[in-house]
Amino acid sequence: MDITINKQMVQKNEKEKDFTPVFKINNLNLWYGQDHALKDIKFDIPEKQVTAIIGPSGCGKSTFIKTLNRMVEMVPIVRMSGEIVYREKNIFDPKYGVEELRTQVGMVFQKPNPFPKSIYENVAYGPRIHGIKNKKVLDEVVEKSLRGAAIWDEVKDRLHENAYGLSGGQQQRLCIARCLAIEPDVILMDEPTSALDPISTLKVEELVQELKKDYSIVIVTHNMQQAARISDRTAFFLNGEVVEYTDTSTLFSNPSDKRTEDYITGRFG
Amino acid sequence: MALINKESVKKRMGTRLAANGVAKFLFILATLFSLLVLGVLIYRILSEGLPYLSLDFITNFASRMPERAGIWAALLGTIWVMAVTAPVSFILGVGTAIYLEEYAKKNAFTKFVQINISNLAGVPSIVFGLLGLTIFVRLLGLGSSVLAGGLTMSLLILPVIVVASQEAIRTVPREIREASFGMGATKWQTIRRIVFPAALPGILTGTILALSRAVGETAPLLVLGALAYVAFVPENIFSQFTVLPIQLYNWTSRPQEEFHMIAASGIIILLIILLIMNSIAVLIRNKFHKRF
Repeated sequence: MDITINKQMVQKNEKEKDFTPVFKINNLNLWYGQDHALKDIKFDIPEKQVTAIIGPSGCGKSTFIKTLNRMVEMVPIVRMSGEIVYREKNIFDPKYGVEELRTQVGMVFQKPNPFPKSIYENVAYGPRIHGIKNKKVLDEVVEKSLRGAAIWDEVKDRLHENAYGLSGGQQQRLCIARCLAIEPDVILMDEPTSALDPISTLKVEELVQELKKDYSIVIVTHNMQQAARISDRTAFFLNGEVVEYTDTSTLFSNPSDKRTEDYITGRFG
Repeated sequence: MALINKESVKKRMGTRLAANGVAKFLFILATLFSLLVLGVLIYRILSEGLPYLSLDFITNFASRMPERAGIWAALLGTIWVMAVTAPVSFILGVGTAIYLEEYAKKNAFTKFVQINISNLAGVPSIVFGLLGLTIFVRLLGLGSSVLAGGLTMSLLILPVIVVASQEAIRTVPREIREASFGMGATKWQTIRRIVFPAALPGILTGTILALSRAVGETAPLLVLGALAYVAFVPENIFSQFTVLPIQLYNWTSRPQEEFHMIAASGIIILLIILLIMNSIAVLIRNKFHKRF
C-alpha cells in the first residue's frame, strides 16, 4: 500500500521537474562486499542549484556522493551496477577516465584536508597538475579562487605560510578555494561543516549560496536545518534507498512519505 | 550493601604504593645499567685513543710501525663504499616501498614478499657477504672492488630502508591522498607531489640510520676479500679497498699494545662519523616534521 503511494508520488515529482539535469542517476546499486549499500537509486540532479542529501547515519548518503566522482572505488571491495550520466556521458564508461571526470566534478571533504604545503601551493595544486606552469596565470587563479571562497582577505598577507597554521574553518574554505581552482562544473560537499564551529559553519553556508550562481552543488549533511536553509532540492535517504526527492520547501513542509515526516520531525535518526 | 570493603582497600594501599615505587626503581636501574656500560666503553676508548689522535693519524696510510700508522686508506675506502651504497640502496629501497604501498594489490603474494623483506632484515650480515661474493665478485667478475663491496652493502641495508620507507609512506594520511585524487590528479602525480614529499623526512631518517649500520659492518666485506693492508686510496669504483672497521679489526688482532691504542683512535673517528650521520637524521626529522 505504502509502496504504491510512493510510486505515485515519485511520478508526480518527475512531472514537476523543470530543470536541466547535470547528473542523471539510473538504477544505481552498490555493494560493499555482501552489504547492499545503495538500492535502485534513480533521480536527477539539477544544474546551478544546491541539492541536499539528508538521512540518518549509515543510510548511504556519503557513499552516494562519492559515486558521483567515483571516489567510492578507492574502497577495494566495492561493486556497482546501473548508470550515472554526467552531461550526456556515462561516468562508468571505460573510455571516460576518472581523472577527466574529477576535473569537472570537484569535491570538498568532511574533514578539512589541506596539503602540508603553503596556502598558495594548496590552491595552485589543481592548476599545476593540469599542466599550468605560467606564474602569472597561477597567481591569478589563486587570487580568484581564494576570493571565490571568501577567504582572500584573511590570507592575502600570508599566502606562503603553511596551510596548517589556519583555523579549522579557514582550512575548510581553503579546501573549497582549492576545489574552485580547477574550475569545476559541479562541487560535491560531503558534510563540509560537520567538523566546524557555528560561525565557520555560517560562513561556509553563505559561501554555498554565493557559489550556486556559477556551480551545481551537491551537499551531504546530517543537519536538517542546514539542508532547509541552503538547498533548493532535497533527497532523503534511508537504508540505501531514496525515500523522497523533491523541492526542499515541499519536503520539509509537506512530506509525502511517513518515514520522511518521522525523520524531519526528529522521531528517529 | 557496599560491594567494596573500605577497610581492606585502606589496608592494601601501602602495598600498592610500595609496588609503584619498586617498579619505578627497576626501570631506572635498567636505564642506568646501559648508560654505565656505554660510559665505561667511551672512557676506555678516549683514554687509550686520544693520545694517538692527530691530523697525521688521519692522513697517513697503514704502517708496520704504530707511530706512523694512519687510517687514510680506510677512511676514504669507507667513503667510496658509501658513495656506491647510498644511491643504490635509496633508489631500490624507496622504489620497492612505493610499489608495495601504492601499487601492489594486497594479496597473498605481496604478503609473502612483505614477510620475506622483514625476515631479510634479520639475516646475519655474513650471509649477505657470501651472496655478494657469489654474485658480484665471482659471477659478475667485479673482483674485490669498491663496486662489489658497495652493492653487497646495499643488499644488506635494503630491507631496513624498504621497511622504514613503507612506514613513512603509511603515515601520510588517506585524506590528503583523497584530496589529490579528488581534483583529477593521477596516481603518479599524487605520489610525486603529495605522498613522496610528505614521507621524505621519514624515508631519509631511515636511510641514514641504515647507512650508519653499513658504515660499521665488517663481516660481509671481509668475505668479499676487502684488503686489510692498503697503502693506496681507491681511484675508481673498480679499485681494491679497505674500510674503517676492517682496519680496526686488523689492528686489534695484532699482539703489540700500541696497535690497540691506535685502534682506539680509529674507533673515535668511526664514532664521530656515526654521530654526524645520526645527527643529520635527527636534524632532518625535526626540521621537516609534519603534523597532519
